[in-house]
Amino acid sequence: MTKTLPDLVPDAALNLPPERERTLPNGLTVIAIRRSAVPLVEVRLRIPFARAELAPATLLSQALFTGTSGMNSIDIAAALQAVGGSLGAGIDPDRLLISGNALADGLDRTLELLASVLTDATYPVEEVSTERDRLGDHIQVALSQPAHLARVALLKRMYGDHPYAVQTPEPEEIRALSPEPLRELHAARVRPAGAVLVLVGDIDPDQAIDTAEKILGGWSGRAPDGGLPPIPVLETGPLLLVDRPGSVQSSLRLALPALTRTDPDYAAFNLANLVFGGYFSSRWTENIREDKGYTYGAYSSIDHYVAGSALVAAAEVATEVTGPSLLETVYELGRIASLPPGEEELEQARRYALGTLRLGMSTQAGLAGLAGMYAGFGLRLDHLREYSAALAAATREEVAAAATKYLAPSRAVTVILGDAEKIESQLSALTVVERSAA
Amino acid sequence: MAPKIKIPATKYPVERFTLGNGLRVVLSPDRSAPVVGVAVVYDVGIRSEPEGRTGFAHLFEHLMFQGSENLEKLAHFRHVQGAGGSFNGSTHLDYTDYFEVLPTGGLERALFLEADRMRGPRLTEENLRNQVDVVKEEIRVNVLNRPYGGFPWLKLPPVMFSTFANAHDGYGSFEDLESATVEDAQGFFDRYYACGNAVLSVAGDFDVAEATAMIERHFGDVPARPAPELPDFDEAGLSGERRESYTDRIAPLPAVAAGWRVPDPIGTFEDYLPYVVLAEVLTDGDASRLVERLIQRDRTATTMGGYIGFMGDEYLVRNPTALLLQAHMPPGGDADKVLRTIDEELDRLAADGLKPGELDRTQARMATRALHGTDDVLGRAQPMAVLELQRGRPGLLNDLPKLISEVREEQIVAAAATLRPEHRASVEVIPGASS
Repeated sequence: MTKTLPDLVPDAALNLPPERERTLPNGLTVIAIRRSAVPLVEVRLRIPFARAELAPATLLSQALFTGTSGMNSIDIAAALQAVGGSLGAGIDPDRLLISGNALADGLDRTLELLASVLTDATYPVEEVSTERDRLGDHIQVALSQPAHLARVALLKRMYGDHPYAVQTPEPEEIRALSPEPLRELHAARVRPAGAVLVLVGDIDPDQAIDTAEKILGGWSGRAPDGGLPPIPVLETGPLLLVDRPGSVQSSLRLALPALTRTDPDYAAFNLANLVFGGYFSSRWTENIREDKGYTYGAYSSIDHYVAGSALVAAAEVATEVTGPSLLETVYELGRIASLPPGEEELEQARRYALGTLRLGMSTQAGLAGLAGMYAGFGLRLDHLREYSAALAAATREEVAAAATKYLAPSRAVTVILGDAEKIESQLSALTVVERSAA
Repeated sequence: MAPKIKIPATKYPVERFTLGNGLRVVLSPDRSAPVVGVAVVYDVGIRSEPEGRTGFAHLFEHLMFQGSENLEKLAHFRHVQGAGGSFNGSTHLDYTDYFEVLPTGGLERALFLEADRMRGPRLTEENLRNQVDVVKEEIRVNVLNRPYGGFPWLKLPPVMFSTFANAHDGYGSFEDLESATVEDAQGFFDRYYACGNAVLSVAGDFDVAEATAMIERHFGDVPARPAPELPDFDEAGLSGERRESYTDRIAPLPAVAAGWRVPDPIGTFEDYLPYVVLAEVLTDGDASRLVERLIQRDRTATTMGGYIGFMGDEYLVRNPTALLLQAHMPPGGDADKVLRTIDEELDRLAADGLKPGELDRTQARMATRALHGTDDVLGRAQPMAVLELQRGRPGLLNDLPKLISEVREEQIVAAAATLRPEHRASVEVIPGASS
């Protein structure tokens, strides 16, 4: 018996939740959005942190909640927990990000605790030394992970002298730190000017902004430092083979140039990325996983930083098929760069791109993540309307042009980490290889 | 001390019915966002694998995506993603689930796709060999090529349990995977993938009458097949401490995990729930007992985790299961010392009880996590399907925050008192990497 696939019911118009926003006299911008499906509130605070020295900045993010003049680390954790709350911090090359959530009734208390840490973190000697040792150990463990090592090598190769080239400090740099550089860095850089606080959940947005102003209005500090230089143009060259003896898989990484979110060609570029490797139904996955069984997963994605964007394609493949996997990857890049995508293939990628925007907005956490991320690039949620329209309008020719310009294999920077003894000859048969230790 | 915060509850509606062929259905409409989640769960998991076929339940999960009665290989992925959606499946000890989340307009398509593979996946030699290769790469990426791979979910059960069902490696050995045949797969489908052994659940933006009609339309003609008899996987608890260790050739630092059996999560849910809360009292955040003691004070551990069920699905697991604690340690760390300290803290809890506010704040945080999980339509569709499958009680999802908040101090204390060293199984990771 043959059954036919039901048609899709067309999507209703994109319905964006209203955003309320106010920039406080101290320079902090507060954005509040109501989505009341569950009685929670999500908190995201992004503080500009580019050029902060890497090792102290990384430890600062781990030790931010370890003490204030009135509370120790356990007091802070217990007080947050009492309102169902949790806050944590991390850094990327552009900013310090504090994120967490709480029961909606606990918003005031959560913001009070956040404010006390922002204005009065003391970095106590004992607690900092505990966090320092833990962080040193965690980085040491990361250095045994193939995905981490491959990323370290790729970033260095992509960014050269740019500050983005090194994003994880060495364990020894961490283990040498005292609390003093953290206190200095906090005083100099943990400040409201240019920072954005996003609150999403079962809240009254205007009231939430008033509350944030009342609680965080006293946070002060100087203006932010200047930004970073634009990222360098990718320099292709020999394939970098990073030796990890005993690996039972190889980590394939290819970096390609990418457009920023606000570029007029970005929608077409992202559709080209999807068709190549950006989702499960991509050519790359269908080829090296579903046809050949070389990998569990192959994905390409676009990394956006303030100083520029890049596309990274990543797959972990069986050692014995490392060469064939690279061959198929280069073939798929060549194919997308030289032939327009099929009609139905493009429609499928387009519907996926439009649909995942709706899925991403359907939870408090998704909405908070999206609004916060956009705000970090000076955008607001209404950018989704323009972007959706651009996705809907991009033609096969525009997608093909973007692919030709950016996804051509001749533009790729390639790094492969694996057991060099077993894979070097496979790779040398395909391209020029330069070998390095992990 | 701040006043005790009120624990809110959710009121997601729950509609249940059973089709003529025995398929159970759970619907939970919510029009607040234009998305739907669809889950189909089958009452078969790792514990039901035949001996000599380790990893088969998971391998079979892969085969369910390789084409079906009316669909070619790759069609399932393309149709879900081409509707703007995402999909996946996962294999657990006691169930296997398949799910999609899509913009509203893709609901009927998702139902069609799930019904089509419930009638019959395309089990071909070519697809089987392809997915054996893919699963081997999955095991390499998650276990063999990664430090602490499979720790502790694959490493502790063989120490804790004695029967094949409970103790074997759920990812499977390469040998077993490679020797699997199409006939094995057909037999597994015939036995376990009966519509009487499954639950379909839909949560999110739909009209109940329309969705019911769609479900009748697509699933109504799936041939009726009854569920196989569910075995009892119970086995005797530990009569003495059990310890094992193994060298992880790529791990740079030591780690240890310990487990204790807990009451039947379904038959004695009231006795079981305090253990779920206890795991959080011990390990949730910097103010929790074991994090404070082992990480902050003694510095004998650098990470500390506690949860029930080897896959962390504490409300979706059957008896027997365990409360697990796991810690990573600094260089030269001493697993004995960590275990002794854990015993000491459990004794202290059993003897002195909880501190003021300790239980309230733990419950508040657990409520946040429960609510956070259900904000996502799949966070409702999936657990509701399993709760229906295992308990006939999908609405338990709404009751959890309240039930967690009603656990009393004396129940936590009594639970802690049962976690004795002589009932403990533990496994230690010896770092094999030079660092």
